[in-house]
Formats: sequence, C-alpha cells, structure tokens
Amino acid sequence: MKYEGRAWKFGDDVDTDMIIAARYCNVSDGAALAKHVFADGRPEFASSVSAGDVVVGGRNFGCGSSREHAPIAIRAAGVPLIIAKSFARIFYRNAFNIGLPLLESAEAVDDIRDGDRLAVDLAAGRIENLTRGKSYSTRPIPPFMEQLIRQGGLVEYIRKEKLAAR
Amino acid sequence: MPMTITEKILARHAGLESVAPGDLVEARVDLAFAHDFTAPIAIQVFRQIGAPKVFDRRRVALVADHFVPNKDIASAEQAKLMREFAREQDLELYYEVGEAGIGHVLLPEQGLVVPGQLVIGADSHTCAYGALGAFSTGVGSTDFAAVMATGETWLRVPPTIRVEFTGTLRPLVGGKDLILRLIGEIGVEGALYAALEFCGDVVGKLSMPHRFAMANMAIEAGAKNGIIAPDETTKAYVKGRARWEPLWLASDAGAKYEKVITIDATDLEPQVAFPPSPANVRPVSEAKGIALDQVFIGSCTNGWLEDLRDAAKILKGRKKAKGLRLIVIPASPTILKDATREGLVETFLEAGAVVGPPCCGPCLGGHMGILASGERALATTNRNFVGRMGHPKSEVYLCNPSVAAASAVLGRIGSPEEL
Repeated sequence: MKYEGRAWKFGDDVDTDMIIAARYCNVSDGAALAKHVFADGRPEFASSVSAGDVVVGGRNFGCGSSREHAPIAIRAAGVPLIIAKSFARIFYRNAFNIGLPLLESAEAVDDIRDGDRLAVDLAAGRIENLTRGKSYSTRPIPPFMEQLIRQGGLVEYIRKEKLAAR
Repeated sequence: MPMTITEKILARHAGLESVAPGDLVEARVDLAFAHDFTAPIAIQVFRQIGAPKVFDRRRVALVADHFVPNKDIASAEQAKLMREFAREQDLELYYEVGEAGIGHVLLPEQGLVVPGQLVIGADSHTCAYGALGAFSTGVGSTDFAAVMATGETWLRVPPTIRVEFTGTLRPLVGGKDLILRLIGEIGVEGALYAALEFCGDVVGKLSMPHRFAMANMAIEAGAKNGIIAPDETTKAYVKGRARWEPLWLASDAGAKYEKVITIDATDLEPQVAFPPSPANVRPVSEAKGIALDQVFIGSCTNGWLEDLRDAAKILKGRKKAKGLRLIVIPASPTILKDATREGLVETFLEAGAVVGPPCCGPCLGGHMGILASGERALATTNRNFVGRMGHPKSEVYLCNPSVAAASAVLGRIGSPEEL
C-alpha cells in the first residue's frame, strides 16, 4: 500500500474533542463526521484536505475520549494513515480496529513541515519527504496490529478467527 | 511470581497462572458497558460481525446518559437505535431515562461492578471502576462490538506505576485534588499504556466517591486503568449491593513496578486545572480572581451524593454571584432522590442554581449548559480541552465540588476559606 499526499502538521496531545467535537457526534456516518473533522483545532482542514493527505501529529495523538468517531472522521476525510511520535491508547486500538494504520516516527515528525509532499510505503514502513528529498524510518507495526490491518480490521478478524471457530 | 493486582485480574480472566507486562492476552469480560454516544456505532459493527446474539444478555449494560433526555432529533435517533437493540437482545441491563444516570456512577451504585472483575466500556472513563479493585478500561465502539459478540477482548498487560499518597489531608481537599496533583506532575501522557495503582495512608482514608474520582481520571494521564486494592471501605460499599461474587485481590509484596511515585499530600491545597489541559494544574491560591460565567457541579467524576453534600455545605444560606449560572446535575436518580430528601436540592435552588436531570450534561459539550464564545466555566468534570463544553473560544477550569461551590458564590475562582 503506497500513498502520496500533503502533510497536515499538528502538535502534541491532539485530543479527540479537537479531532471531532461531541456536538457533531450525534450521528455516526463517516461522511457526515468528516465535514467537521478538526473543526475546533484547524477549521480549514475539512474543506481543503484531499484523498491521500497525511495527518502528522506529535506525542500522545488522539488522547481523551474513546469516541471512534475520531478515527472514522479522519479516514472518511480521505486520510489513509497517521504519523505521530506516539498515540494515546484507545485511539491506537480504534484506528487499527477500523483499518486505519498508524506509524510512529519521531524523526519524521520533527523534520516534516506543514504542507510538505509525502510518499508513504506502508508495507516497507518507509516515509519519503518529496519536498525535502529525505526519507525516514518508522517503528515496525506490532504483529497483532499488522494482522488486523491485513484482515481489514477487527470485524473481519473476529469473523474469521473467532466466530468461525465456534 | 509476584504480581500486581492488575496482573492478577488479567491472568485470572485469561485463564493463565501468571502474566507479565507486555504480554498480549485474550481475556474474558465480566461486564460490557456502552451508552447512547458510543453504542450506535458498536451496534452497526455488531451487525457486520454477524453474531445473532450478545454473548450474555445479563452482562451487557447499555445506559442512556450522554445526550438524553434527547437533545435533538439526531440524538433521539441514536438513543432509539440503542433502545431497539436492547429490546431485540432482551438485555437485562438497559437503563432508560428516568432509571438511568451516568453509567460510571450508576453501575457501581447498582452493585453491577464488584472487586476483581474485568470490565470493558465504550467510554474512556470506564477506568473509574478501578476504585473498587476491578480492572476496567475504555475502548472504542468496534472493540465493544467484538466484546458483545464474543465475551472476550485482547489486552496488552500494562506495566504498573504505583502512586503512594502520604501524610494527612487538609479539610476540603480530596480525591479530585490528589488526582489533579498527580496529573499535573506526570502530564497527560505520564502513564501512557500503564496501570496507575493508588495506595498509601491518604487513599486508605478516602471514601468511595473520592476513590472513584481518582480512578476515573487515570485516563487523563493516558493510563489504561486506575486501580485501588479493596479494603474495609470497599467491603462496606459493596456489601448489600453486589450482584456478582467479588474477588478480593491485592498486589503481592515484591510485585514489579515500572515506577513508584510518592506524593506527600499534607499541605496540599485544592487544585485547579487551567485550560486547555487537565495537566495544567495549579493550587487554588494561584487561580484566585479568574472571573466566571458558569459553574457546573456534576459528571461521572464528581456527581456523587457526597460531592453534592460538599457543595451544599458551602452554598447553604448563600447565593450564587449575580449574573453567574450555577448548574448542578446529580449523577443518578438515587442520588437525586437522596439529595432531595436531605434538603440539598432545596439548598441549591435557594442559592440560585438550576438542578438538572441525571446525565452527563454539559461536561462534553452535549447539552444543558453549553458555553458561548469568550465564556469561562469552572467545573467538577474531568476534561478542559479546547471547545470541550461549547464554543472553541470558551474556557473550562477543573476543580473539586467545594471550590466550585465557593467560586459560584464569589463569581470568580476562589477557595471556600474566602467566604
């Protein structure tokens, strides 16, 4: 899986209220949620983001609430993956569960500037910065998470690995 | 091998002799909880999984608490979806408006969470039940759907950070102040992926509501769970209400901790978290003078009867400041009934407060007290992120119920001692 797009750079501790405020969570449809993604932190994001663009965060990305509306909204906006220094626990599970991969790379986050063009090869775990002519390594995705992504998320994993065995 | 209480609970539920931090286990779930905000997505996912029935109709609790009584048509549709699912699955633990309160208060109060259990909730503050010596953690809707379908979940065994609170607390300082003080020290990712185990003389003397407030906010330090080993106080609380058999566990001497933090709470002042982070904590003496538009007393953190008593003690015979809005929301119908019987509700009304129906209220910017741009609120809640309670240009400060009540009278942040 290879993706190319613009980097949208955020800081540390991006919380789920900033990703999608509760007032927009009285629906659960991805397209409806995507209209308001980052409304409180970066109002221009939802209308300017293009398919393939990458969200780049600092430490503890996705902290706060357990709302799955947050990774759903980001994915529905066309963002195929998120790069950050670290991720909050529940957000981490939620993203992989819905098939949205997360990459950890402090090196990439420190170097990437907002607006840079990125090319990401997920299988190889390589991030290329086309604007700066640099490439960065990422922390390998844990085997269980890789399995989830390969299966297409937790739903398929449960269907195939758990319920089928009963 | 010596284990912490968190490791013991996980090992038992995974059918293993022992576990160690980093192990990935498949664990049996005793109770699964979701509410009208997170259940709708979980129900859609449950349909996709294709399981005909939930794993156990007595162990899936659905509580209408976030946007109820329905705040708008879209919310009404979400609540309806959850209601119909509960009816279809014949769930024993479905709580409708009128019998429902905030899940994190209602479930322990009804004896549905007991020591030693493993509880999974589609809500980040599910970690609150750790106050009873249970392992409980928050997940998203997809994880929750998988739990409903299988009765199991996968968990990575967290390392444990032991936090010992020593000394003697000053009056009007409690669990909320201890946890804010800790988050202020270690930061919002200070316990990322870890278990926070609270202990020490100070914790031993705390009543259950104060312990719930502490475990409830473990997530604000990034923790997977907060936990307090059960003692006589826990036993007294559980007695007569437990609907399951408790398991009395404690950490072994010699259990391995990732870190041990000791906090002397002797001279601790009431704490206030400044926006936009629960880690942005200062003593109330450094917050004095900040003008307020609204004070909210309630939430899963501080909507317990004892919290309302603390607030009422301060508000008795006093009036809220002119122009300020004081909102009080008891966390459950039982608490509202008791508060009415004890005269607390009358005290609040005499003080000029509005008393709302048991629900999450304005805590997460749902309804019943949304802030306009430029407005500032002081709340007994757990989060003060940008836009948490309304407009992105509004501000939320966090504190304990006594400070909230005193500040409502003063019209600005202040301590009860100033009255």
